[in-house]
Amino acid sequence: MSDGSATVTVSDDSFAEDVLASNTPVLVDFWATWCGPCRMVAPVLEEIASEKAGALTVAKLDVDANPSTARDFQVVSIPTLILFKDGQPVKRIVGAKGKAALLREIADVV
Amino acid sequence: MSATPTVHDVIVVGSGPAGYTAAIYTARAQLKPLVFEGTTFGGALMTTTEVENYPGFRSGITGPELMDEMREQALRFGADLRMEDVEAVSLDGPVKEVVTADGEKHRARAIILAMGAAARYLGVPGEQDLLGRGVSACATCDGFFFRDQDIAVIGGGDSAMEEATFLTRFARSVTLVHRREEFRASKIMLERARDNDKITFLTNTAVVAVEGETSVTGLRVRDTVTGRESALPVTGVFVAIGHDPRSELVRGAVDLDPDGYVLVRGQTTATSLEGVFAAGDLVDRTYRQAITAAGMGCSAAIDAERWLAEAHESGAAGKMIGAQQ
Repeated sequence: MSDGSATVTVSDDSFAEDVLASNTPVLVDFWATWCGPCRMVAPVLEEIASEKAGALTVAKLDVDANPSTARDFQVVSIPTLILFKDGQPVKRIVGAKGKAALLREIADVV
Repeated sequence: MSATPTVHDVIVVGSGPAGYTAAIYTARAQLKPLVFEGTTFGGALMTTTEVENYPGFRSGITGPELMDEMREQALRFGADLRMEDVEAVSLDGPVKEVVTADGEKHRARAIILAMGAAARYLGVPGEQDLLGRGVSACATCDGFFFRDQDIAVIGGGDSAMEEATFLTRFARSVTLVHRREEFRASKIMLERARDNDKITFLTNTAVVAVEGETSVTGLRVRDTVTGRESALPVTGVFVAIGHDPRSELVRGAVDLDPDGYVLVRGQTTATSLEGVFAAGDLVDRTYRQAITAAGMGCSAAIDAERWLAEAHESGAAGKMIGAQQ
């Protein structure tokens, strides 16, 4: 793993531009510092972000600092991953999953 | 899909206190353990808050912090940690094989099983449909989303008490629903919950269904004495009714008890198969503490190390006769 992160950080303010208006599909990780299982998926998402660079953007949204986006998409459990394509949520994955399982889940879009 | 020709000394499957302790000990014994941490690395402690009873941390430590420490300690001694799930194992014979979720095969002479236990669900209508939409198995992860709301915690053990108490930080009210009159919880945890004004106890009450269309709107509950059903309006449901051993991977390979716990011989961690050891919540139906799991992980490492040494001396890994009786 390199020092530079392959994921991008998004916020309530940047969500429309960075996620909804994106030309490439965006997998958004709704997470928080206090969430143990979120720490489990973080390194897996880094790997997916580097491997799928160009075809998929992996974005991280801290729900603590950005509660309104979490509320808009009715996220009440973390980690939740939502895959956005053309501004629409097309896939929702709740709970920590392994790399192979995550890649399977997003395979039909990415 | 490459088959690695290397035969390791030991592979550890699992990464809770048992798995990491086994990793620390086998790594220090120069056995270069290969450790499959799995997707849910860190184990059950990753979803707990404060751990107040792990010796050596007099002011307490959070579950994830404790697991980080154990993980780093294993890394320090050269354990090869892999964040992959194991999907299949072949444990017969002198060389055992482990297959990961992406199809890679790894081989070792000894295996330490430490897959822990998985949170149990109620198995009532609505529960799985509303998972992540108000039904939660992780209070520390999801409590935040239920600020000023009325929620329910299901269960009567220590984890139910811990979760109920923790959730009062956010919720307006917490109803603790338990199907019996008595509690399995320890006195200190029970008292702490009882002393909390935000917690209401609803005993002799079984959950019949979780209700709601796109999110939880309530529970349908039944009084186990009168049989009468009623509605409990809540927006969040936290299930803490215990755990089941995660032994599916080795079912049919090593001996299990009727509830799925891996059976070990006497005071050892030796399973019914030569060179296969087991530790932690996968084995322990009695204590189930971080410290007992860590202790068993240590025992498994020492058992594996001795078994490898003896098998090596006798020249054939399959020959060694296990513990007496």
